[in-house]
Order: sequence, then C-alpha cells, then structure tokens
Amino acid sequence: MKKQIVSKHKSYKFSSENIKKDIMRNKELYLIMIPVIIFYFVFSYLPMYGIIIAFQDYTPAKGFMGSEFVGLKHFIDFMTGNSFLKLLRNTLRISCANIIFGFPMPIILALLINEVRNKRFKGIVQTCTYLPHFISIVVVAGMIKDFTVSTGLINDIIAFFGGERVTMLAETKYFTPIYVISGIWQEAGWNTIIYLAALTAIDKALYEAATIDGAGEMRKMWHITLPAILPTIVILLIMKIGSMLNVGYEKIILLYNASTRDVADVISTYVYRRGLQERSWSFSTAVGLFNSVINVTLLILSNKISKMINGSGLW
Amino acid sequence: MKIKESFLRKLFIVINTLLLSVISIVMLYPLVYVLFASLSNSVELMSYGGILWKPLGFNFEAYRSVSENPMIASGYINTLIIVGVSLLLNIVLTSIAAYFFSRKNVLFQKPIFFYVIFTMYFSGGMIPFFLTVKNLGLYDSRWAVILPTAISTYNMIVMKTSLESIPDSLEEAAKIDGANHMHILFRIVMPLSLPILSVMVLYYAVAHWNAWFNAMIFLQDRNKFPLQLILREILIQNNTDLMNQDANEMDAQAISESIKYAIIIVSTLPILCVYPFLQKYFVKGVMSGAVKG
Repeated sequence: MKKQIVSKHKSYKFSSENIKKDIMRNKELYLIMIPVIIFYFVFSYLPMYGIIIAFQDYTPAKGFMGSEFVGLKHFIDFMTGNSFLKLLRNTLRISCANIIFGFPMPIILALLINEVRNKRFKGIVQTCTYLPHFISIVVVAGMIKDFTVSTGLINDIIAFFGGERVTMLAETKYFTPIYVISGIWQEAGWNTIIYLAALTAIDKALYEAATIDGAGEMRKMWHITLPAILPTIVILLIMKIGSMLNVGYEKIILLYNASTRDVADVISTYVYRRGLQERSWSFSTAVGLFNSVINVTLLILSNKISKMINGSGLW
Repeated sequence: MKIKESFLRKLFIVINTLLLSVISIVMLYPLVYVLFASLSNSVELMSYGGILWKPLGFNFEAYRSVSENPMIASGYINTLIIVGVSLLLNIVLTSIAAYFFSRKNVLFQKPIFFYVIFTMYFSGGMIPFFLTVKNLGLYDSRWAVILPTAISTYNMIVMKTSLESIPDSLEEAAKIDGANHMHILFRIVMPLSLPILSVMVLYYAVAHWNAWFNAMIFLQDRNKFPLQLILREILIQNNTDLMNQDANEMDAQAISESIKYAIIIVSTLPILCVYPFLQKYFVKGVMSGAVKG
C-alpha cells in the first residue's frame, strides 16, 4: 500500500530532472498537442478573459483593455432592475416543470422497454423513441409552430373534442407546457439509454430467486429493478437540479414572441437579447457572468451531495 | 397458483406491448404527418382538418418547388461545406487530444487535462465569446461557424475512454520496432479504433448539420447561410415570400403550407436515412461516455 502511494507520487513530481526526461521522451506527443492547446486558448480562455468587460463600460472602439472601469455597476443595475425577479421566476418555473414532468418519463419508458422479451419489437420501439433526438431544434420549433396555430393539427384535435381553437404560441399559459412536452417528445426516448444500461446489468439470478420465493411482477420491480437503478436516478436528478438555472436558450429564442415574452424570457435569452440585439455588451456580459457563477456553484454543491449520498459524482 | 401467476405475466406483457406501441406511434406520428402533408395537394391540405392517414391527392409538387428554390440549394451546399470541413478538423484534433490523454507516463498530462476539462464547467459566456470571435476577424466568415466547434470536449472524453482500452503491449511492441508517436497514432491506434471513430463522425456530423445559433450570430451574407438558417426564416419567421414571388396571396399561402413540410423532410432526410442503420453506434457512444460521467 505504502509503496503504491510513493510510486504514484514519484511519477507526478515536477523536478527539473523529471521535466527534462519527460520532454525528451514525449517531445512529439507535446508537439502534436499544440493545436489542441491553442484551440482551447483561443475559443475558451480568451472569452474568459473577455469577462472583464462586465466590470467596464465597454465600447468596441476602446477594446477589452481601454474601456472605462465601472466596478459592479452592471451587476447592481441587473439585480435592482425590474426584469431580475421575472427572469428568475421564469427560469425556475421552466426548470421545475422540466424536472417534475420530464425527468420521470425516461425512467418509466426504460422500465417498460426492459420488460419486452421480443428483441425485434424492442428494437422497433427504441428506434421510434430515439429518433426525435436527432431532429434539429429549428425543425422542431417549426413543427411546433405549425401544429399549434389555430388551423393546425393540435387545434383540429381539440376542436374535434369540442374545444376552442387558439393560437397557442401567442398565449402565455401554453408556453411552459409546449416547451416541456416538446422536450419530452425529443429526449425521453434518448434518455432511456443510460437507465437501460443500468437495467441490463442486473443479475438475472435475482429475478429467478424472487420467482421461486413467490414474488409477483410488481414486487420484483419494486424490490429488485428499482433499487438497481436508484443510484443512476439519484445522480442524474441531483445534476439536473444543480443545473436548474441553466435553461437552454435555443428553443426559447425560436419559440417566443412579444406576447409570450413575459413568461418565456429566461436569463440566457435575456443575455442574448440585451447583448447581441441591443448591443449592451458590458451589461449583458455581467448578467451572463452572474448566471454562470451561480451555475458553477450549484454544480459543485450538487456534486458534493451526490458524492455524499452515492459515493460517486461527476468528478 | 402457478397458473394464476403466468396469466398475470401474460396480461402484463399484452398491456406493456400495447402501451409501448401507442407510445412509439405517438412519437413517430408528427414526422409521419409532416411526410404525408409534404406529399399532399396544397389546396386540399388547407381545407382539411385533423389527423392525416395518407397524403391528400398524392403529388410531388412541393418537392419540385423546393428543388427549384435557389436559397434551399445554397443552404444545402453551405451546410455540406461546413459539415465537411468541420468533420476533418474534428476528427484530427479529437483523435490527437484523445490519444494524448490516453497515454501513460506523460508528466504534464494532468495539468493539461484540467486546462481542457475546466472549459466544460465554466465559460466566458455568450457575449465575450461573440466579441472574441469578432475581434479575430472571423465575423461573416464560415470559419466563425467551423473553428469554435473544432473539438467537443465531451466527445473527446468518450474517445479517450475508448482508446484507454487498447492494450499497452501493442504500443510497446511498436516502440521497440522504432515507431514514433505519429506512427503509433495513425498506423496502430486509429485502425484499431474504427468503431469509436465512426461514432465520432456521426456525433459531430449530426451536431453540425443541426447547428444554427453560431451561424445566426456570425453570418451576415445570405449566400453563406447554412440550411438551418434558411429553415428558420421559412418555418419560424414565416418569410415565405422568398418561396413564391409571383403567386397570388391565397394560393401563395396554400403552396407555402405543403412546401414548408417538404422542406422539413428534405432537410431532415439525410439524418433519417442513416439513423436506423447507425443507431447502435450512437448508443455505444453514449455508453462509453457514461462510464466516466
């Protein structure tokens, strides 16, 4: 045991002698890595450096270096402004709806698929349910728009059952359901993969033993299947809760309009609109930074919790 | 007791099969509807309400209009250019990085890995990213869409995990024979990794095919627009005047309805065609990535 620790320590010792040896041995390896390092530097680390404009009054003419320093002005403006609470509320509402309705779907679907014994049928079900994952978000948004207009498919069905036709994307009350349901349509099937993997790892002997002991299907599911995938469920749920304030902007930008903005605007779409459309560079950078600091903090916290409960986390 | 048990089991199987069939059909139907609508006569489609069981007045009119549309054609070509060049970069850089991180006894591997992984959890955000790319002089250039997505860190880790399973003895034998790293990477590791390479090609290709946001913020010149941006104009912003300049208004609306559906099919077709055959590779990719989280 002790020997192991010593040898592990030795291989990561950055003494000048070790460095020299390592560079001699792995010279080529480092050389081919240079483009990769440059890539991350230019497209990830330079933008991180650009965060300093959150503390400035940036103008393109003066650049990252020369713009006037204003401290926390933009953060204070944002948090005392009247959109702050609205954005936070919208972000949390969409996230919560996504977790409550979207999260259990792949679990249920995986449990059902796992019970199928016919390989062919199983394959067909998987192909059909994974497929929406590969359709571009622009097409999905286009289909949503077309199906939900007052003459669209969904309204035809509603009218058939005696309901009233409405242009759903123009109504605030429909926005969150549309967002969540289309998300379930696109990702529920695909997200079963990870659960199905956990399910196939269960020892078949457990089921046989339970059958001999007289356990029914429900009892087997409750006492064998669910405990087996519980760790996976817990990790994914904690991570999901950890990224609550991180609602994707792409679908919302494609779906929202002036009449639903009050409920649809989340922090990331606000950053997009204020920054790229209204060119308030520094203000929107500050809002983005505020959001990503909270995201990272929540992620680290949820990883800690996951490790405490499960003994394993993201890192 | 035993008879009752097996009866319940059978009942469960029947219900489960029915339920899954319904779910599959509901999941698939939106696409089937789009397909039927695209093959329908546009005037009939306008006046019809409800679920389509088959194309109405089967014809390829909408597809003919789509194929004659210059913006769709140019979008297709632009997307192909972007996907092609991106894939080349993606595969080379991702393989190099995955190879580097899967080697043993490399002193600076850990700090460089942290340097890469850190970007998964924290980024400069949308605006500094936009300004950086703009300051590099890439605004309104296709490179602004290609270069920033040259490596997906997630994909790279999937590939790294896979490369770690190649036995060290192969590499050692090659080294004794005097092979250098380039030789080992391209002659030994890559040929042994064809399955994971195809997963990479698929992941990257689908991502580039479906991407639109970077193109929207960086491209100004309509002749450089990829397909998804053209789709956005037609499907979301209802900018159908670029579809039918000379038809009168009512007709124009009717035509554009089935044209919209035809465009969805045309733009999604490449993915729909390859997907069923490659599904198992996609799933494999998810699994090998999931091992390491």
